[in-house]
Amino acid sequence: MNDHLAEIVKFDNVGLRYGTDPEVLSNLSFTLYPGSFYFLTGASGAGKTSLLKLLYLAQRPSRGAIRMFGQDLITMPRERLPDLRRRLGVVFQNFRLVPYLSAFDNVALPLRLAGTDEKKVVKAVGDMLDWVGLSHRAHAIPATMSGGEQQRVAIARAVIARPRMLIADEPTGNVDPEMALKLLRLFEALNNRVGTTVVVATHDVHLLKKVPDSLIMRLNKGQLSDPTGALRYPPRPSGPAGNGAA
Amino acid sequence: MSPLPPLPSAPEGIEAEARPVRPKGRAAARLLPPTRLTGPIPCVIAILIALVVMAAAGGLALRNLAQTARADLASAVSVQVIEPNPDLRAARGAAAVKVLTGIEGVKAVRLVPEAELAAMLEPWLGEAAAGGDVPIPALIDVELNRKVDRAGIARIETALAATVPGARVDAQGDWLRPVYDALAALQYLALGLIALVATATAAAVWLAARNAFAGARETVEIMHLLGASSPQIAAVFLRDVLRESVFGAIMGGLMGVAAAWLLGQQFAALGSGMVGGGGLGLGDWLVIAAIPLAGVLLALVTARITIALALRDML
Repeated sequence: MNDHLAEIVKFDNVGLRYGTDPEVLSNLSFTLYPGSFYFLTGASGAGKTSLLKLLYLAQRPSRGAIRMFGQDLITMPRERLPDLRRRLGVVFQNFRLVPYLSAFDNVALPLRLAGTDEKKVVKAVGDMLDWVGLSHRAHAIPATMSGGEQQRVAIARAVIARPRMLIADEPTGNVDPEMALKLLRLFEALNNRVGTTVVVATHDVHLLKKVPDSLIMRLNKGQLSDPTGALRYPPRPSGPAGNGAA
Repeated sequence: MSPLPPLPSAPEGIEAEARPVRPKGRAAARLLPPTRLTGPIPCVIAILIALVVMAAAGGLALRNLAQTARADLASAVSVQVIEPNPDLRAARGAAAVKVLTGIEGVKAVRLVPEAELAAMLEPWLGEAAAGGDVPIPALIDVELNRKVDRAGIARIETALAATVPGARVDAQGDWLRPVYDALAALQYLALGLIALVATATAAAVWLAARNAFAGARETVEIMHLLGASSPQIAAVFLRDVLRESVFGAIMGGLMGVAAAWLLGQQFAALGSGMVGGGGLGLGDWLVIAAIPLAGVLLALVTARITIALALRDML
């Protein structure tokens, strides 16, 4: 098997520091595989968000090598990064919805940036808002929406273009337990039915048990541990997407 | 908890890896905060374009004026017969006209009447100019059929030397050389003013683009992380810059043209022959019409560079 084709992401001895500060991530080496569901856990300040920034291409590492979709990110020219970003869906910790755009226009953003025909945009966004239960709020702007509604708009925006990898930073941090579980089910559905690789960062250990087929990556002071063997190659087969549970 | 509906299927043509296109029209309008044409930039551009139009109109008028004056005097020569005795002066003047008429290359010769000379000198000499108290040289206007040069002047001087001793021959253009120099200086001043105002326009657009970018930074970052390319983001900003600069350029162009036209009317009303040569022709008006277009182009290029530099700071 060609390793480069089998992997979605491969980190090799990656380190990250901001300016001249000490490294916030050190010696990260792991591989993420297609169709897997990963939880990234760790206490606040462990480096989860920094690792996610590397994953969704908001940051380059200070050292080490990263391959994504078989391409070397370190040597890749800046102009080619948008091509990779369009294969990712990101749910940011604070949602990062565009404040003056309606729920509909926020969800439509990735499609409009990709130049999708407006008729198809209308159909796809309508279906997606229906899926997250927000059809009746299509014209609402973020300021008038509850935290849970904004969260679902952010998720709809992240998955509207059917990304190959979905990255969510503390997606349940601002919602009640029932909504948190519902959001997790949305991620599972995407993982199971579309085969999207999902990476969810959370410090809520109770969530980890809610997705039985998930794999866990634990960060502690910028170092990664692997309690479920999630990073081991090849991954243990199981689950609808063909990937292993602990 | 309600059961989860099935994930909607993705319609054909919606792919995350689709080739990006630059947002246009309403699609682009949806990507940045709504703006109105009430900000300072259209006004600043309008004022600066109006100043450039006025400076350019002034510069072109001065150029035309200088060219007309040069053309009128290029082949003209003045011959002065300096003789205090009025009778002898008249006789030598007539003799000079006769000699001049016989010189090859002379197109026309006119002895300026004494009354006309007196009228011309009256502002400086008062009634003494007409009273004969002050001896005034006889003046002969000579028009050659080619441009005056040193050899032509020397040939006339040689021809007159025997018959009219002491006759003074001058190219009429030489009398206006200081005026030509002053006009040239004013043209350079107009060019310098245009360069300064163009720089000020670029600086204003640079500041405006930077401010607009800073105000929309969060949105730009979101677009960036959702896969927008730098040209896509720049295109969205340039759309607003284009709209504002076109509005400002049209307003400024109209103001500048109106001011130039009004000034032209005022000068035309003076009825002076020399000032009349400073009118603007069709080519001049085309140059003036191109100034707002150049202003829009300058604004777009400046904004494009500013945004490209700002985007370079993002991964």
